[in-house]
Amino acid sequence: MTDARPAPVLEVLDIVAGYGEVDILHGVSITVQAGEMVAIIGPNGAGKSTLLRTIFGLLDARGGQVSLKGEDITNRPPDDLVLRGLSYVPQVDNVFPSLTILENLEMGAFVRKDGLAERLERVFSLFPDLTDRRGEKAGKLSGGQRQMLALGRALMLDPDILLLDEPSASLSPKMVELIFDRINLINSEGTGILLVEQNAHEALSASNRGYVLAMGENRLEGEAKSLLDNEEVGKLYLGT
Amino acid sequence: MSTYADRLRGNIRVFNEFVAGPGLWVLITLLFTYAALFETQLFVIGLIVGSVLALGSIGLTLIYGVMRFGNFAHGDLMMMGAYVTFFLLNGTILGQRRDANIGVGLNDLPAGTERLGDLTFGYSFLIGVALSAVVLAIVCLGLDRLVYRPLRQRGSSIVTFAIASLGIAFSVRALLLIIWGPDPRTYVSGIHKAQHYPFDVVLKTDQVFIMVVAVVMTALVYLLLFRTKLGKAMRAYSDNPDLALVSGINTDRVIFWTWVIGGSLMAIAGSLLALQANLKPELGFQLLLPLFAGAILGGLGKPQGALIGALVVGVAQEVSVAYISAGYKPAVSFMILILILLIRPRGLFGDAN
Amino acid sequence: MRAERMITPIVLFVVAFLVTAIPFERSGGNFAGTASFLTTFLTTVGIYAIFTLALNIQWGYTGVFNFGVAAFFLVGAYTAAIVTKDPASGEFVQYVGGFGEFLSPDFLDAGEWLPFIVGVGAAGMASGILALLLSVPTLRLREDYLAIATIGVAELMRRIVIEEKSLVGGTNAMVGIPGPLDGYFDPGDWKYAFLVMVIVFLGLLLFAVERGIRSPWGRVLRALKEDETVTAASGKDVFAFRMQGFVLGAIIMGMGGAVFGYGRGSVGPETFDHFFATFLFWAMLIVGGSGNNWGAIVGAFVVWGVWTISLQLNGYDLPGVLQVRIFFIRDLLIGMTIVLFLLLRPQGLVPEQRRVSSWLDRRVRTPSDARPPPEAGAAGGE
Repeated sequence: MTDARPAPVLEVLDIVAGYGEVDILHGVSITVQAGEMVAIIGPNGAGKSTLLRTIFGLLDARGGQVSLKGEDITNRPPDDLVLRGLSYVPQVDNVFPSLTILENLEMGAFVRKDGLAERLERVFSLFPDLTDRRGEKAGKLSGGQRQMLALGRALMLDPDILLLDEPSASLSPKMVELIFDRINLINSEGTGILLVEQNAHEALSASNRGYVLAMGENRLEGEAKSLLDNEEVGKLYLGT
Repeated sequence: MSTYADRLRGNIRVFNEFVAGPGLWVLITLLFTYAALFETQLFVIGLIVGSVLALGSIGLTLIYGVMRFGNFAHGDLMMMGAYVTFFLLNGTILGQRRDANIGVGLNDLPAGTERLGDLTFGYSFLIGVALSAVVLAIVCLGLDRLVYRPLRQRGSSIVTFAIASLGIAFSVRALLLIIWGPDPRTYVSGIHKAQHYPFDVVLKTDQVFIMVVAVVMTALVYLLLFRTKLGKAMRAYSDNPDLALVSGINTDRVIFWTWVIGGSLMAIAGSLLALQANLKPELGFQLLLPLFAGAILGGLGKPQGALIGALVVGVAQEVSVAYISAGYKPAVSFMILILILLIRPRGLFGDAN
Repeated sequence: MRAERMITPIVLFVVAFLVTAIPFERSGGNFAGTASFLTTFLTTVGIYAIFTLALNIQWGYTGVFNFGVAAFFLVGAYTAAIVTKDPASGEFVQYVGGFGEFLSPDFLDAGEWLPFIVGVGAAGMASGILALLLSVPTLRLREDYLAIATIGVAELMRRIVIEEKSLVGGTNAMVGIPGPLDGYFDPGDWKYAFLVMVIVFLGLLLFAVERGIRSPWGRVLRALKEDETVTAASGKDVFAFRMQGFVLGAIIMGMGGAVFGYGRGSVGPETFDHFFATFLFWAMLIVGGSGNNWGAIVGAFVVWGVWTISLQLNGYDLPGVLQVRIFFIRDLLIGMTIVLFLLLRPQGLVPEQRRVSSWLDRRVRTPSDARPPPEAGAAGGE
C-alpha cells in the first residue's frame, strides 16, 4: 500500500490463536485508522469473536502481533490495555447485574482518578434512557437497555478504539437500529470502532471499511460500500 | 417433561418471590418475640451465641460472596486465629508431655492484663487479636497463592474447591493439635462477675462487648462493600470476574483484600469465641454447620444478612434447649439450613439470580 | 509420559514393601506375626474399598457430592449390630432389636451365617431408605450446598445415636458383635477366614458395578455426569437417575458398614466422625482416581497403607516430641495429601480403565459400544 495515510491506530498482523489443541485463527490481519469504523463479518465459527478476545488479551496469541498507536501490545493483560485506550464490550454477560447502573459506569472508570462526573454526563447524554434509572440494578434492565449500559461502561475511559462483539445480538429490529445509531454517534465523536457482527448488512451499512473472515482467515476486505455490493459476499454471507 | 412439573416449578418461583421472603421475616419476628417473652434468659444467651457466630458468618459470607466459593476451612481457620492469640498472650505451646513456654508473651506487657473496666481482659488481649488478624491474613493469602489460585487458573469446579478447602480444614485442625495438643485452653482464669440488667437479664460484660463488636463489624463490612470503591469492585468481581478484568479492575488486588479482610475477621471471630467459651481444636469443624446456616439464611455476600442469620441460628439453637435435648443443637442449624435451601435459597437479603 | 506411567506401580510397590517390611523388622523376623498383621491390614483395605467404590458410584459416576458418608456408614454398622447381636441384657447398654438368637435356628448351623447375611441386607436397606428420604430435599442442591447438607445429615445421625440412649446404646459402644462363621475357627484363625470373605464380597461387588456401568442404565448415569443439559434434553429424567445412583451408593455404604461391624466387633458414635468416616474415603477416592473402580481400590490400599505405616513408625524410637503427636502428624499428612493430589495429580493414580474392565468390555459388547469407553472423569469434573 502506497498511500500517505498516517499509521493505523490499531494494527493486527498475522494473528494465530485458538483454544486447547485447536487453532481458530490462522494468521489474520486487520487495521483500524483513527476515527474509523471497521466491521468484521463472516459465517459462524469464522473466528470473529476469537479475534477480538485475542486483541484484548483475553486469549493468548500464539503467533503474530498486535500494536496500538505504534506500540506492541501483543498478549498484554486487559487491565493494561484499558489504560492505553482500548475498550471491549463482550457479547453476553456484559454488565454487572447486582450493581446499579451508576455503579456499573463507575466500574468502567475504575482506573481513572479524575473527570468521573464529566464522563458520566457524556454517557448519560448518549443514553438518556439510563439517566432516569441510574439507581436501578442492572439485572433488571431489558436486553436493549443492558446493551446500552454495556456500551456506556466501555466508554467511561474515553477509549481510542472500542471493540464490540455482536452488539445487535438478540435485540429486536427497533433496538438494533437504535444501537447502531448510538454507535455511529460515538464514532462521529472520534472514537474508532472495530465491530464484529452476524448482522452483516447493518454492520457494513454503518461502517467505513469491512473485512470478511472465514475459517480463521482473511477472505475479503475493502470499503464497506463495495463489500455490500459485492456479489460473492452477498451470496455467502449477507443471507444471514 | 410434563407441563404439570413446569407449572409446579413456576408456582414455586412465585412462592419464592412473594411469599417466602416476607414469610421468613414473619417467622423470625415470631421466634424472637416468643423467645424474648417466654424464655428470656435463653433468648439472651442465644443472642450472645449468635453474635459470636455472626463474626464468623460475616467473614464466610464475604469470601463466599466475592470469590463464589464456600470455604469449608473457615471454622478451623477461626480456631487457628484463636490459638495464635493464645500463643501471643502466653507463649505456650505443647512440649513433649507438658506445656512448654517460650518465656515471653503479650501478657507480660506492663499492666497488659489489667482488666479494662468490667471486661476480663486487658489491652494485651486486644493487641494479641490484632496481631493474630495479621497472621491469619498472611495464612489466607498463602493458601490462596498455593492452592486456590492454581485451581482458579485451571477453571476448576466448585467441587474441587470444596474438597481442597476440606483438606485444608483437616490439615489446619491437625496442625493445631500438633502444636497445642487436644486439651482445652482458656485465655484467662478467674471469675467473671455477671451484671444484672432489667427484665431479669443476666450478662457478663464480655458478652456485651462481643455483641457490640459483631454489630460494628457488620456495619464496617457493609460500608466497605457498598460505599467504597474497593467494595464495589469486589461486588463487580463477584458478579462477573471476566467483565471486571475487562473493565480494567485489578482482580488480583480484589482477591488480595478479600482474603486480608476475611482472614482478619476469622482471627477476631475465633479469639472472641474462645474468650466466651474455651479453646479446642475440634470446635472448628463443628462450627461449619451453624456458620453456613447463618450465612445462607442471611443471603450470601450480604453482611447484614450474616448478622441477622447468625442471630436467628443462635437464638433458635439456645431456645430449643427448653424443648429438646441440648445434644440436638446442631440439628437445629441443620433444619434451618435445609428449610432455607428448599424454600428460599437466596436467603433474606440475597439477590434473585 | 513414560515416567508418568511408572508413578502408580512405584507407589504401590513402595507402600506394599513398607507395610510388610516394617512390622517384619520390628517383630524380629516373625513370619506368623507379620502374616497376622498383614491379614488385618488387607481386611481393612478391603472393607474401606467397599466404601470408596460406593462413593465412586455416587460421585465418580453420578456426580452427587456426598460429604456425609459417615451417616450411611453409621446406619449400616448399627443396623447390622442390632440384627446379629442377641437381645440387650439391659444392664449397661440398651438397644433395640437383637435378632441374633432369633436368626439362629439349629437348622444347618444357621447361627453361623444367617444373621450375617440378613444383617448385611438389612444394613443396605436401612441405608438405602435414608438416602431415599434425603433425595427429595437435597439432590437438586448445588454441589457446595449439598456438601454442607450432607455434613449436617452425618452430624444429625450421630446426635440421634448419642441422645436416644435406648436406641443403640447412646454413647456406650455396642460391643460383642459376632463375626460370620466364627464358630468354626479358633479365635486367632478367624481373621484369615474373614479376609477371604471380605475379598469375595469385594470381588462380587466390583463385578456387579463394572457390569452395571456398562448397562444402558450405567451409560445414562455417566452421560449425566458429563453433561446434564444434553442428557436432560434427550428426555431422560435427570432427577430419577441421580437418585438411583445416590441410593445405590448408599446401599453399598450400608453393607460396608455391616461388614465393618462384623470385623471390628464393636461400634460407637466416636467411630463415625467426619474425618475417619467421610474424609478418609474421599482421600482414597482422590488418590486412587475418581470415575474409576480400580482407582477406588488402589486409593484405599495406598491411603490406608500410609496410615498404617505412620502408625508403625511410632513403634520406633522417635524423639519424644514426635511420639506424643504421631496421630496428629498422620492426620496432617492425609489432609495435605488430598490437597497435593488435587493440585498435582487430579486424575488420581489410576486415570484410565484397566485390563479387567476391557475383558468385560469384550463380553458385554452392544452395538453402541463400537467406540472405546470414555476416559474416566477426573475429580471435580476438570
